[in-house]
Amino acid sequence: MIRPFGLSDILLIAEAIRWTLALSAIAFAGGAIGGLAIALARTADARWLRTLAMLFIRLFQGTPLLMQLFLAFFGMNILGLAINPWLAASLALTLHASAFLGEIWRGSIEAVPSGQREAATALGLRYYDRMTSVILPQAARISVAPTVGFLVQLIKGTSLASIIGFTELTRTGQIVNNATFAPFAVFGTVAAFYFLLCWPLSLMARRMETRFARATTR
Amino acid sequence: MSATPTPADEIAIRMAGINKWYGGYHALRDVNLEVRRGERIVICGPSGSGKSTLIRAINQLEAVQEGQIVVDGIELTAGGHNVDEVRRDVGMVFQQFNLFPHLTILQNCVLAPMKVRGTPRAEAEATARRYLERVRIPEQADKYPAQLSGGQQQRVAIARALCMNPRIMLFDEPTSALDPEMVKEVLDTMIDLAGEGMTMICVTHEMGFARAVADRVIFMDQGQIIEEAAPDTFFDAPRHERTRAFLQQIH
Repeated sequence: MIRPFGLSDILLIAEAIRWTLALSAIAFAGGAIGGLAIALARTADARWLRTLAMLFIRLFQGTPLLMQLFLAFFGMNILGLAINPWLAASLALTLHASAFLGEIWRGSIEAVPSGQREAATALGLRYYDRMTSVILPQAARISVAPTVGFLVQLIKGTSLASIIGFTELTRTGQIVNNATFAPFAVFGTVAAFYFLLCWPLSLMARRMETRFARATTR
Repeated sequence: MSATPTPADEIAIRMAGINKWYGGYHALRDVNLEVRRGERIVICGPSGSGKSTLIRAINQLEAVQEGQIVVDGIELTAGGHNVDEVRRDVGMVFQQFNLFPHLTILQNCVLAPMKVRGTPRAEAEATARRYLERVRIPEQADKYPAQLSGGQQQRVAIARALCMNPRIMLFDEPTSALDPEMVKEVLDTMIDLAGEGMTMICVTHEMGFARAVADRVIFMDQGQIIEEAAPDTFFDAPRHERTRAFLQQIH
């Protein structure tokens, strides 16, 4: 039975934004923790740590996000866990975000002039204080714009979780489309919602980039 | 130097048989150096002669592959935690100032005393203001490094190092990145410091400074100490051909 695409459908899709946001927030929070660990490992003195972090980054940057979602989803089944789209999507997106944020933040840490580390070391500051008081605050300023840029990618990336049955914005669109069979209107609406989420972030990233450029040329 | 051997507790730094390679490049060749407490040493030499590498070995910003380094009676044999002890007692001033740009002048000065020595903030700030006064920029305490001139930044860098109460100060070409009109204010600060009996090792080409302050001038070339002498002897009667050639170039 096909019903016409109407306001109630738009509201239904709008309500699904919260699941897209929730999944993005989980992936970003998890990815921030994982990414910091990866970035620190990637810039560590110990060679084995650097190699390990590099392999992790290569693995997740070199495979499609969709495959990572499939592997997390079906992997849980093989491990004998109940299939759970929430858990699988959170896990896959967290690992994915860890790799990308790790790489972005590695670059930011390395962009801090080496004289800063030397001066901190010469003053007797050990690794922890050197990082928290000198290197990371400067790296953070450099990383803000690319980090927000990646967050936009991540929000759009959560749409792939619809394929493993996670009912977020895209999946809700598919469900509505099955009932109304108005694909252009439905997915046009879905796309418009993604745009409303991502566009302000993109603007913010660009503004922060120019502000940072001005601050560093001063 | 006197014929009687220097008593061990009078030696601030001893480097013996130091060798360092960067890959296949031999950066330091069999360097031996003894610095007495309170002694002021100027090291000069062409670029790439190993003079910066040598003083950076003293606080282990550069590790050496061979040789013995003893600073303040603490031996810096590869690894070990005694390097932290040495760094606390050895201040360093860099060519590029290396102030922390995200911190104010005062915060730059109190960071290490608070984090490394555990000095309470109030006490660390009082000390910092005293040293900022000594380098004659107390009014800049709440500004950020980018708001100061190069000469002011370098004087802050000296104050920041002094806040740790070091027993030895290392200067790695402290005036090379400065505009000519700012060189004097930094050198004056260093001369003041020398007058107070601080043990100092300066890599610099400021020969006027060397004459005025140094107890000994050391000339390095190709990773070796070629010549060392009191400043008058060094400048007026250099013994080695390479020293003469170098002095001619910079005069």
